Amino acid sequence: MKNKEIILSTKSLGKYFNEPVKFKVLDDINIEAFKGEFLTLVGKSGSGKSTLLYCLSTMDTSYEGKIYINGVKVTGQKQNQLSAMRNADIGFIFQFHYLLPEFSCLKNVMIPALKLGRLSHEEAEVKAYQKLEMLGLENQALKQSSKLSGGQQQRVAIARALINDPAIIMCDEPTGNLDSKNTQVVFDIFKQITKDHNKTIIAVTHDNDFAANSDRTIELADGRIISHDKHFD
Amino acid sequence: MKKNINIDIALTHIVTRRRQTLIAILGVTLGLSIYLFINSLVSGFTNFSREEMFKSSPHIKIYHDDEISIPLIFPKDSTEIVAIINPQITTLSKKIVDPEALLKRIKQEPYVVNAIEQVSFDLFYNRGQAQINGFGSGVDIFEYDAMFKTGKTLVAGRLEDLQNNLNAIIIGSGIAEKLNLAIDDNLTVTSSFGVVKRMKIVGIFTSGLTATDNSKSYVNISTAQQFVKKGSSFVNDIYINIPDPDKSDIYGARLRQLTTYTVEDWKTTNADALSSNRTRNALMNAISLSILIVAAFGIYNILSSTISQKINDIAILKAIGFSGSNVVWIFLIEAIFMGLVGIFIGLIAGGIFIAIMSNVYMGGHIGYFPIKFEGGLFASSSALGLFITICAGYFPAKKAADVDPVEIFRK
Ligand SMILES: Nc1ncnc2c1ncn2[C@@H]1O[C@H](COP(=O)(O)OP(=O)(O)OP(=O)(O)O)[C@@H](O)[C@H]1O
Ligand SMILES: [Mg+2]
Repeated sequence: MKNKEIILSTKSLGKYFNEPVKFKVLDDINIEAFKGEFLTLVGKSGSGKSTLLYCLSTMDTSYEGKIYINGVKVTGQKQNQLSAMRNADIGFIFQFHYLLPEFSCLKNVMIPALKLGRLSHEEAEVKAYQKLEMLGLENQALKQSSKLSGGQQQRVAIARALINDPAIIMCDEPTGNLDSKNTQVVFDIFKQITKDHNKTIIAVTHDNDFAANSDRTIELADGRIISHDKHFD
Repeated sequence: MKKNINIDIALTHIVTRRRQTLIAILGVTLGLSIYLFINSLVSGFTNFSREEMFKSSPHIKIYHDDEISIPLIFPKDSTEIVAIINPQITTLSKKIVDPEALLKRIKQEPYVVNAIEQVSFDLFYNRGQAQINGFGSGVDIFEYDAMFKTGKTLVAGRLEDLQNNLNAIIIGSGIAEKLNLAIDDNLTVTSSFGVVKRMKIVGIFTSGLTATDNSKSYVNISTAQQFVKKGSSFVNDIYINIPDPDKSDIYGARLRQLTTYTVEDWKTTNADALSSNRTRNALMNAISLSILIVAAFGIYNILSSTISQKINDIAILKAIGFSGSNVVWIFLIEAIFMGLVGIFIGLIAGGIFIAIMSNVYMGGHIGYFPIKFEGGLFASSSALGLFITICAGYFPAKKAADVDPVEIFRK
């Protein structure tokens, strides 16, 4: 790691679920993520990884403790500010790709850029096309997104997460639906984004190889961090 | 051109869900056209019946009302009761004193368009054995014509012939028919004061109101004064027209300061007819408004179903940075688009209904159905349609804005 500049951190983050019975799904989570770091989150199913990621993504605001992104305390900010922050600074890749089905792949990738409004329509189109090219999808650009295979859709979603050059990219099992070849493609892209573009990736994964090859792995168990730097064999 | 992304998404939803969009648009079209049509019917008919009223009653009328005698002895305080009271009508004559001066004074008022005096009296029309009772109106026929357009109702004869002939009379067509009279025939008229005169018929009118046509006649003022055995300063009523009949109460109040006689505006004179008009209008408004609301409900329905089907998309939009108000806008734009297109077609359809209706012949004195293209109604229907559309769109849109993306992604 070149320099250890903190991009995201939490202070004793905790969260309860009240249904069906009250239980603490996250307990005293203190983590730091650095600029240019490829960070993976692992843990057994139900350990709270997704829940933690939703809190970090600013979409879930009902938690205890504090979250800082880019030195700004996001806890307690208004919904509109959080929306703007998600648009500009955070890219999100979901386990189940989730594209807007009636738009073309290109349009799906362009939408966050059009929303941000820093680029003209033409510039956004060029940039979206570049991202699709990077993921080997240039031939699918004008196809309706619902007509793509699962793996292709996943890669379109990754292109969409990258379009605004966000400082942090969060992923929930980004390779869950991909074959080993495409998993490798995604992994290489993540490496490239972190190393060459100095962006941060926080990825939840069940794939041990994927985690082992990342820069650092945090392991959760029953809502607590049990290891900040787990190494696999 | 930099197209707004919210509009872009909204239009894509509209285009990809063509069938539902079309149904929603058709709903608005139907609702709006019916609303416009019914309101044009009501307005056309209201104007018509108002014009009918103004054919015989002036905007404001001044006359000498009956007076009731006042008690000779008044109670000293509220606990005392006076037993000797016998109120009764004490008016000896319905005459307006010095009408010329009053009329001159009234004509000086800037808001008075027309002011005329009238001598009215009850009479019998006789021809041989046949007799019809009715009433006569002694007027300056040209001034009267300026106010009530009597000239247009003449089916025979000329107004001029009355003006210059103290023995001339213009009668209603019903009287002419019953007594088998025509222009230039002579007719015996007997007033309730017992004055009998041979009159020459110089005109016959058809007002459209059977009761009037069967009883009314016009003579010169001085002839009428002879019929009631009064001098040349006797006048019963003064009729006044003002620029805007809807302001008759304001001007009536001003006229009341000029005279002690009763000043009555047309709304009071026609109170019964007006209140039944109002009832009918309220009924029609309620019906047409309900239809419009039901139509807008189509938009509500279709947006609600769009939103529940697109809940994943909404979650994605929110995750990639669309705020709640952005989401509201997206769906509101869809509602407004459907509303505007529906309104536009609805105005055309409503216009066609109006055009058809205006060619429907109703017969009688109504003629063609009294319906017109009223720009104001087109505008107000559009505004109301848009308002209801926006309301119908807002509630589902708000529901969409409140979607919690985390809940959707957890599924
Ligand atoms: N909306 C909810 N209400 C109540 N409990 C919930 C809710 N969502 C998740 N949980 C519970 O919280 C715990 C953590 O869930 P979470 O989805 O974070 O696990 P995870 O680590 O992502 O698991 P997986 O690897 O299977 O995705 C689980 O026990 C789950 O049952
Ligand atoms: Mg999970």
